[in-house]
Amino acid sequence: MRLHIKNGRLVDPATGKDGPGDLYIDEGKIVERVTSPQRTIDAKGLVVAPGFIDLSARLREPGFEYKATLESELDAAVAGGVTSLACPPDTDPPLDEPGLVDMLRRRALSLERARVYPVGALTTKLEGKALTEMAELAEAGCVAFSQANAPLADTQVLWRALQYAATFGFAVWLRAEDAWLAKGGVAHDGEVATRLGLPGIPGFAETIALSTILELARATGARVHVCRLSTAGAVELVRRAKAERLPVSCDVGIHHVHLCDMDLGYFDANCRLEPPLRSQRDRDALSRALADGTIDCLCSDHTPVDDDGKHLPFAEAEPGATGLELLLPLALKWGRARELSLAATLERITCRPARVLGVAAGSLAPGAPADLALFDPAAALRVTPEALKSQGKNTPFAGYELQGRVRVTVVAGNVVYEG
Amino acid sequence: MQRNPQLNAAGELQHLLSIEGLPREVLLQILDTAESFAGVTEREVKKVPILRGKSVFNLFFEPSTRTRTTFEIAAKRLSADVINLNIAVSSQSKGESLLDTVANLSAMQADIFVVRHASSGAPYLIARHVKPHEHVVNAGDGRHAHPTQGLLDLFTIRHYKKDFSRLIVAVVGDVLHSRVARSLIHGLTTLGAPEVRVIGPQTLLPSGVESLGVRVFHDMRAGLKDCDVVVMLRLQSERMGGALLPSAQEYFKNYGLTGEKLRLARPDAIVMHPGPMNRGVEIDSTVADGPHSVILPQVTFGIAVRMAVMSIVAGN
Amino acid sequence: MKLPDAEKLCEQLAAELKPRLGPKSAMIGLYTGGAWLAERLHAMLALAEPLGLMDIAFYRDDYHAQGLHHDPKRTRIPFDVNGRDLLLVDDVLYTGRTVRAAMNELFDYGRPASISLVVLADRGGRELPICAQHCGARVEVPAGMRLRLNRLAGGKLALALEPERAA
Repeated sequence: MRLHIKNGRLVDPATGKDGPGDLYIDEGKIVERVTSPQRTIDAKGLVVAPGFIDLSARLREPGFEYKATLESELDAAVAGGVTSLACPPDTDPPLDEPGLVDMLRRRALSLERARVYPVGALTTKLEGKALTEMAELAEAGCVAFSQANAPLADTQVLWRALQYAATFGFAVWLRAEDAWLAKGGVAHDGEVATRLGLPGIPGFAETIALSTILELARATGARVHVCRLSTAGAVELVRRAKAERLPVSCDVGIHHVHLCDMDLGYFDANCRLEPPLRSQRDRDALSRALADGTIDCLCSDHTPVDDDGKHLPFAEAEPGATGLELLLPLALKWGRARELSLAATLERITCRPARVLGVAAGSLAPGAPADLALFDPAAALRVTPEALKSQGKNTPFAGYELQGRVRVTVVAGNVVYEG
Repeated sequence: MQRNPQLNAAGELQHLLSIEGLPREVLLQILDTAESFAGVTEREVKKVPILRGKSVFNLFFEPSTRTRTTFEIAAKRLSADVINLNIAVSSQSKGESLLDTVANLSAMQADIFVVRHASSGAPYLIARHVKPHEHVVNAGDGRHAHPTQGLLDLFTIRHYKKDFSRLIVAVVGDVLHSRVARSLIHGLTTLGAPEVRVIGPQTLLPSGVESLGVRVFHDMRAGLKDCDVVVMLRLQSERMGGALLPSAQEYFKNYGLTGEKLRLARPDAIVMHPGPMNRGVEIDSTVADGPHSVILPQVTFGIAVRMAVMSIVAGN
Repeated sequence: MKLPDAEKLCEQLAAELKPRLGPKSAMIGLYTGGAWLAERLHAMLALAEPLGLMDIAFYRDDYHAQGLHHDPKRTRIPFDVNGRDLLLVDDVLYTGRTVRAAMNELFDYGRPASISLVVLADRGGRELPICAQHCGARVEVPAGMRLRLNRLAGGKLALALEPERAA
């Protein structure tokens, strides 16, 4: 498809360029010029940016089709301007077999929506004991290996897993949480949990685990990406590790830069998240760290949960929130609060996650894949769960007035969403 | 910020879920109304007709005989019909969901749900889903709140001490796991008690407990000095022998209430306990049965307080 | 408009009641106005049995519409109701609903031999078949107003008119 996108405001986070211009697409790539476009899109009043890259979005297939399907969630992704996403291995069965990974990739490809990059299980069945066939899984299409939210049996397994991954140069994505210190906890261990009578997960459950991970990364040389930071303490540890030039990267979820444990209110199960929403001080540290680059990128951690899973007392509710369609407006809200330029804000959801994923994306340069999001940064968006395309209606932002609506999404040169 | 789900648009109590967040006037209204119910037991017909024709459903997801019985007595003294539902929740057989259970009972014309549940916040979930004329009374949710116990404790303290504004109150024991402690602390701070102390080992005190407005003591003798009211919390046997506490003997030695330790409090101090007591673990028998103890009157007052709560919410 | 002197009506009622008292007589006043009146009459008549005071909050027929009224007082009846000739005392008789509630409450205490209603003022407007055996005066009350008994400093009783409070 030869496309001409005219009159748009081109924002290229890779270069920082932000100005009016036209864009041309041919054979799935951005090109200098197209003489006879098959379609012209008038992007007047819209920002034309690379499509967003989300490092964590649960598609719920295989195994959890009653919560969501590839169709509904990839529809949600492109409606949110997300053109590439990585899905965690905690499906049912978990992504620990090349056959499963292959099937998932093929199915996602056939739907011709966003690009799906599976993250493979680090251990078989995610039980945290025995390593998976990482080389086989990589060949089937896994971009990294992870335990999702499941713990490892002990530090021996962590050490060996990092050594093995380092052997092949594979990236290991880990959530830093000490399983014993976190045991039984459902909320941040602090004043709010004390008032609400909820078992707490102390902040040091994250920092202790992160210290262990960083020490082992240093010892093995493995490439580690730390998922969903939640504490100010973890930010400090990452800062020091980066100063030391350790090959470590990290991300934070959209909920943790905006919300804190006070938002639990009267036991709102939509705020039941992993990791938990922590104190205001933690939230502010995370928000600043994302701005100064200590935290590399922002992701949605999209986790659709059905009503049955959320209409339960807080501690019994399933953790997670829907988020693919809120990634852009919440990123913009964060960027405005930190007084960053649009290009700098979009970097956190385009070229930086692309770098972590190891894919050539997040750029508007000629030759780059034609994955684009055309959006109106000022358009009002009232978060209405029923109106979301995702089957997951579970969001703590219900009723919020945000800004930023995607109007057109292009993947591999094809228009996959128009709204 | 959401509106307090306990109060209706006119600021009247429609559900009793927690003492926290209730204005002083509402707490006093409940205590004053309980006062007028206290005389009902002295009559020939120990009933008033106020809830005649109303149905009170006791929904106990956590087993309890004492609390359930007092709610039943209170409801019957208000002439209500009482239906008891003991729903054992086992992790293996996940039966009907909490909300489905409530919806089914709604269909049977319930007016008041008295709910006890092991998970903090469960009554809030129920209150969000009941019909406008249905009222929820929290009989204890997880570690969060046990508001009627807190109220009867306040009633007891007011009965013996009259004025909250001069009291030093000590709450001793497993505050970490105690909904009774949380409710009482909120009530005392709302009604103006100048000093509320919590006494216990660090393992049994929750994070940031000072933010509830209390002074923390690890040394019981220091904590009991000059107290007007001593509230002993029950220590569950499950807490023993694990990583929280080594043994009942060591606990009793350091945190059990004996006559000797009680002498550090004021000579007219009262001793309270929500029950059931573990004699020899948190409290010595001589103290439990002694002249300072008001543990049995607490139980009697509990009926009047629960009558007050039900008649106030059902009328709003 | 001129209201009758409450103190004079009290004396009048006491004079009317005195010859009718017997060994089984006892008096109960209804909070708040009826209680003040009953305290005065009880003293004037020098009754043997102590005075009973009653709050009808839990027997009202408007609970479902209005809920529980604030600050109910504690009913105290320090004698056995069974077999008594009760003098039920209230300040103003109007619809009759208060008296209906009081009688229901009384019967939960026991079975009296008889109940006589004693009121300071009757303003008419009955909605139930209730009447006073002893009444101080009939008083016309203009629309939108209510008739109240007040106890002034020094204990003096006085009738007053005030605007009807919105419920």
